[in-house]
Amino acid sequence: MSAIATPVAGERLLGRTMRGARSWLPAVGVLLLGLGLWEGLVAALNVQRFLLPPPSDIARTFWDERDALWSAGWYTFKEALGGFVIGCSAGIAVALVLARWRGLSSAIMPYAIAANAVPIIAFAPITNQWFGVLNPLSKMMIAAVLCFFPVLVNALRGLTSVHPSSIELMRSYAAGEVEIFRRVRIPNSLPFLFSALKVASVLAMIGAVVGEYFGGTQEALGVQIRNSAALFAFETAWAAILVASILGISFYLAIALLERLTMGWHPSARAAE
Amino acid sequence: MLLAVLAVLWGLWEGFKWLGEETALRIGTFTVTDLTMPHLHEIVGQLFEPSRTNGPLLIEVLWDSALFTAKEAAVGFVLGATIGFAIGVVLHHSRLLQRGLLPYIVASQTIPILAIAPMVVVWTGSRGTPAWFSVAIIAAYLTFFPVTINTLRGLDSADPRALELMRSYAASKWAVLWKLKVPASLPYLFAAFKISATASVVGAIVGELPSSIQDGLGGAILNFNQYYLSSPPSLWATNLVAATLGISFFAIVAIAERFVVRRAPEHVA
Amino acid sequence: MSAAVSLRKVGKTFARGEVTALQEIDLDVQPGEFISLIGPSGCGKSTLLRIVGDLIQPSSGEVVVNGKSADQARRDGDYGIVFQEAVLYDWRTVARNIALPLEMAGWDRPKRDARVKEMVELVELTGFEKRHPWELSGGMQQRVAIARALSFSPALLLMDEPFGALDEMTRERLNGELLRIWADTGCTVLFVTHSIAEAVFLSTRVVVMSPRPGRITEIIPIDLPQPRTYETREEARFFELVTQLREALHGGSEREPSLRAARAK
Repeated sequence: MSAIATPVAGERLLGRTMRGARSWLPAVGVLLLGLGLWEGLVAALNVQRFLLPPPSDIARTFWDERDALWSAGWYTFKEALGGFVIGCSAGIAVALVLARWRGLSSAIMPYAIAANAVPIIAFAPITNQWFGVLNPLSKMMIAAVLCFFPVLVNALRGLTSVHPSSIELMRSYAAGEVEIFRRVRIPNSLPFLFSALKVASVLAMIGAVVGEYFGGTQEALGVQIRNSAALFAFETAWAAILVASILGISFYLAIALLERLTMGWHPSARAAE
Repeated sequence: MLLAVLAVLWGLWEGFKWLGEETALRIGTFTVTDLTMPHLHEIVGQLFEPSRTNGPLLIEVLWDSALFTAKEAAVGFVLGATIGFAIGVVLHHSRLLQRGLLPYIVASQTIPILAIAPMVVVWTGSRGTPAWFSVAIIAAYLTFFPVTINTLRGLDSADPRALELMRSYAASKWAVLWKLKVPASLPYLFAAFKISATASVVGAIVGELPSSIQDGLGGAILNFNQYYLSSPPSLWATNLVAATLGISFFAIVAIAERFVVRRAPEHVA
Repeated sequence: MSAAVSLRKVGKTFARGEVTALQEIDLDVQPGEFISLIGPSGCGKSTLLRIVGDLIQPSSGEVVVNGKSADQARRDGDYGIVFQEAVLYDWRTVARNIALPLEMAGWDRPKRDARVKEMVELVELTGFEKRHPWELSGGMQQRVAIARALSFSPALLLMDEPFGALDEMTRERLNGELLRIWADTGCTVLFVTHSIAEAVFLSTRVVVMSPRPGRITEIIPIDLPQPRTYETREEARFFELVTQLREALHGGSEREPSLRAARAK
């Protein structure tokens, strides 16, 4: 009996992998195609190396200078993480307050939405003046402000867009406001919150890098990018950009993983992508 | 209502400043002085001072800069929104392309545009296009992504029964797209446009920085940053103008949404 | 204009043959008839309706609608369909919703406007042309859906429990209006319902279906005179037919204990 069972199990696993492959194979294909095209076009069109280096050069520089690049990347990532924590916590805290005292929220929400439209990046020089150009806190504050508004707007929407019947049901159980928050509003807001956290993770990284552009320590990634670009060492610049990108994507994926773990039950967790 | 909020904000600012000075508040290296937190009336007043000796008033200079940046942002917005929508429609119709391209489209947004901006400027500049257009391209780069994502979501949001109905009319894919899917996606599109409006202004300002363009708000920010110690309110005033620009773009889209998107009112508990 | 529908040994299976939704369906519908399909959940009546409309492909058998294949009939616009949800477009006014199929068929503006006006009068919604769907009650939305389905004067009208979401009183009133519209247009109607009274009131014949597998168990001719009104619902013959239909649905009174008890008395 078992001799027949194992091949069937093996077939099933193969089948599932094949079906799963259909979903990521095209992306891999595009990557290989894209890299190949890039390499080829740079050589064929004789694009000046200093403008757009071929992937092979970038890869080489990436490997050669990996220590410096990764330590710079890590430094910047810590700024992004710090800003992310500050901004998201503040956003969640304010959202909880506004959801509890609804009168405040209808007064403030339009202004929070408008404030979201302010180019925060313009305030980078000011945070540098405030906290010191070399102090990572100045970049953290930029990242924090970038994270704050999307998290606030989405968390608030999640806490308040509850079906009226759910609230009525809780009241019929003589539940107080805190109970209602705990059992209904907060679970309801999780999908919205995670969606905002994913956006914030990318924004935090970008905020940190762009903030550094206005000035920062040599160990910072943004400063490195700017300096190498100014020296026309574009391979290094691109390699540094690659590091920033990888860190940004990893941060995003980490949040997505956290979402999958805490909210695997929710249909939108799959549909949201 | 607006006046009340402004009054409250003014009160908070001045109150914080007074408190900070009285208590010698410190956060890191941040202390509250006239340097770090100029009085609000000084900031507003600075607008009506000449920007440099015997020069035009600051507010005139900033107005011109704002218009310059606005032009870049507007062109970038239109470009980015159109391209974003087109990409969204194409990806909607082809699962294969979606699976192949979407990860890179998402990943593209993790690349700090600031870093690529100089290269974009050099490329387009070598072809003879004016510098502001390169900045518009950078603005478009930040604009297209939310539009693509929301176009995809919006086009998928059509009621399955409505799709059955279209099949009963033997409707072509084109007719289904334009008569059903696109109108159904308008709420999602406008949500994206609101984000993109802001993003296009950010892109324009940030794009100007490494391109050494003096005429826009980005240049003004760098300029007044350099001279912060001699005139702190100027930088703040510039930021005020930048903020107003961002909010105006957002407001224009929000107003357009009022007119274009007619839907049943939402119910919120 | 009215169409004949003919089904020969139509079958439908789902999930790679595991679920038999329909088995060996044979049905002949004459032009101008009003046929109700009634049966418990899972008997395949909605599936059958969709097969006639070429919205689902049958697994076996032949479907002839208006002398053509179901696919051709769909392409030629030979039928209009009404679902349980009105499925109106929120972004269009009532008038533009009714005009939708006409736009798709390429009618020009003046023709469209004239026909929409006719339809609005037919379903008695004059004055509401510029309203949006969310401003109308459920019954009014369904009337718009019916107007839209009839706007291009199809020979066949397919209806899938169109009044199922409405309250009893609105339902009875719309039943009467539907009969009036049917008499005016002379089209053939294929009507899916859960309601015994509705089936008897509306139809010329009632097709009784049963599940697992979905098949036709009985066809009951309704000989109530036309035009049918509120009074018709109170006639003795109406109640007899309702009872006959109920018993057919329960597969004979032997199965239902309460019916058996009533019989015994």
